[in-house]
Amino acid sequence: MTPTADVFVGPPIQWSSLSPMLILLGVAVVLLVAAALTPRWPRRTYALVAVGGALAAVVVAVCLWHGRGLSAWSGSADPTTGSSDPVRFLVGGAMRFDAFALWLTVIVGLAVALSVLVTDDYLEREGLSRLAPEIYALYLTAGLGAVVMGMANDLIVLFLGLEILSLSLYVLAASHRRRTQSQESALKYFILGGVASAVFLYGVALIYGASGSTNYTRALAAFVQNISPHRSEAMALAGVGLLLVGLGFKAAAVPFHMWAPDVYQGAPTPVTGFMASAAKAGAFAAMLRVLVVALPTWSADYRPIVWVMAVLTLVVGSVMAVAQTNVKRMLAFSSISHAGFLLVGVEAAIHDTTHAHPGDGVPSTMLYLLLYAVLVIGTFAVVTLVGRTGDGATDLAGFRGLARQRPVLAVAMTVLLVAQAGVPLTSGFVAKFGVITAAVGEHSYALAIIAMVAAVIAAYLYLRIMISMWVAEPDAADAGREPVGTPLLTSIVIAIAVAVTVVVGVAPGWLISLAQHVR
Amino acid sequence: MDILVFVCAAAMILCGALGVVTLRHPVHAALSLVLTLFGVAVLFVAQNAHFLAVAQVIVYAGAIVVLFLFVIMLLGVDRVEDLHAEPFKVQRPLAIVSGVALAGLLIAAVVASQHTNVAARGAGLPGVNPVRNDLHDGNIVALSKDLFSGHVLAFELTSVLLVIAVVATVLLARRSRGIDAAPTDGQAT
Repeated sequence: MTPTADVFVGPPIQWSSLSPMLILLGVAVVLLVAAALTPRWPRRTYALVAVGGALAAVVVAVCLWHGRGLSAWSGSADPTTGSSDPVRFLVGGAMRFDAFALWLTVIVGLAVALSVLVTDDYLEREGLSRLAPEIYALYLTAGLGAVVMGMANDLIVLFLGLEILSLSLYVLAASHRRRTQSQESALKYFILGGVASAVFLYGVALIYGASGSTNYTRALAAFVQNISPHRSEAMALAGVGLLLVGLGFKAAAVPFHMWAPDVYQGAPTPVTGFMASAAKAGAFAAMLRVLVVALPTWSADYRPIVWVMAVLTLVVGSVMAVAQTNVKRMLAFSSISHAGFLLVGVEAAIHDTTHAHPGDGVPSTMLYLLLYAVLVIGTFAVVTLVGRTGDGATDLAGFRGLARQRPVLAVAMTVLLVAQAGVPLTSGFVAKFGVITAAVGEHSYALAIIAMVAAVIAAYLYLRIMISMWVAEPDAADAGREPVGTPLLTSIVIAIAVAVTVVVGVAPGWLISLAQHVR
Repeated sequence: MDILVFVCAAAMILCGALGVVTLRHPVHAALSLVLTLFGVAVLFVAQNAHFLAVAQVIVYAGAIVVLFLFVIMLLGVDRVEDLHAEPFKVQRPLAIVSGVALAGLLIAAVVASQHTNVAARGAGLPGVNPVRNDLHDGNIVALSKDLFSGHVLAFELTSVLLVIAVVATVLLARRSRGIDAAPTDGQAT
């Protein structure tokens, strides 16, 4: 980098912009070291430290968000997205720092905090509290990986973020040491995830071969200079295809969704909620970044692929969900169908790259990710409680008579399910309405119609769970069942999720206008 | 001469890779992985990346494969795994067909864009460095400069990844009282 070989000057490191990530990592490391060197801490202290770390990252991100216009910005307006919001590059161009990155940090930080709270009660119930510090540290590092994926401005950094997230999730999935299903799901996830990572890495290699750089900005510059209709750019296109496979796997988009039902069902229930929120947020943020920022020159080539993926994901997710009897499996397919809605937003965002006027694709997708993260963690928190000791009673029968036994819990679950179905006056409607409006704004009418039909089909599945809770009579087999407990921290999480769902559903304006800054 | 070295190294890599997946005995599979890694090292030498070649031989062919062998020995060399469980009969032929098709497509893509990239290299695009042959001992300097300037963040993130791997291993392998009782879902682990 430097002209003279003798004096080495490293890239500048913007500590303040990196601080949300450093907090996540720092708290994870402190938790591990302190827990290893000191005797057992009182109950819930480990969880509170981890939650404090995650919330600190959120608070710092919010402060940075408000300081965006005030601090000294070295970057200028980003020409690729046509947004007036300035973009700053961190550590020698390895990361992008903008409203998008901060929004993602908030999503992931909240997901980590809520998931840790649910996990604390879960570990207590399952007698696994000895593993608590390591598990919370892995939640924090998984969050770090998701944030890195969304902030990356270099395919190598993106790959490392992907691996940090994946490795943490593999182990979290296996963290219930006595449940065979948990181990099995982790092994499936690990092997399939390894293949997906290899495919992704080969895509990175091909993009590097075609453009001469793994950096988004430099690769884009190379493609723009080199672009010509008479040249065969098969290598770059093959690379784009392989990248789509790798990211589609993490996002659980059809046809790369095969792992999701088994892994969601087998993993400890709080971990499943975390997978559906933070991991999905990281994967979709990375997908938006790669497609919209790094490879817009190929948008005409990959837009049909994303279109087909969106349609398949919507249809398969909704239709297969109806055929399940296990609630965790149902919610796995429901999360696949939510991935379909997110892909509708991604498809709209890809349209945005072709014209100067920025559409609503990116903001609506990021808003969807935020609302869905809170919603799905709340839903899986209820499933965690209903699963009872052993985490096994997650079939529809386990929900029978819940309304009689725990009416408040049943009402909360009903609100969350209604929101997932996308009924008006809930956050789920705001999210779905956002991406469908974005699709209509880009004239993807067919996709918008398919999405709405899929939402109607998926509503049947949420109805089935509700019927099981409210209508189905408990039979003799249910009499001997352990009652559903409502521990404090999990109840708080469910209350927060329901509150967010209703408040955002009734008064969505402020959040939608905030999301408009995310480009 | 170049083409001869390339063909030999490529043959080594491919034979080794095929051996890893086809050989029945795990020790043989691990040893054919050495062949692959050694072939890659030869290709590195052919590209004048001497430091990478040495690191490849010492770290991968040396340390990592030895580690594999240790693990195989610890788990028992003679254990026979039945790999014939096939829920769907069409799966295996279908996998072979789609695998070959994918490989063919990728090879076609790389071959088709060969001339474009030669042109790109001549045009001196940013980041596309022409191969330099005068770096016989400047390898380490160039590598470290690249690693600690443009890729310093990736370098640090790699260390985070390794820390997570250690934590993960401890979490999964550590035995502690009260946790490793009988499985709760009635199946043997």
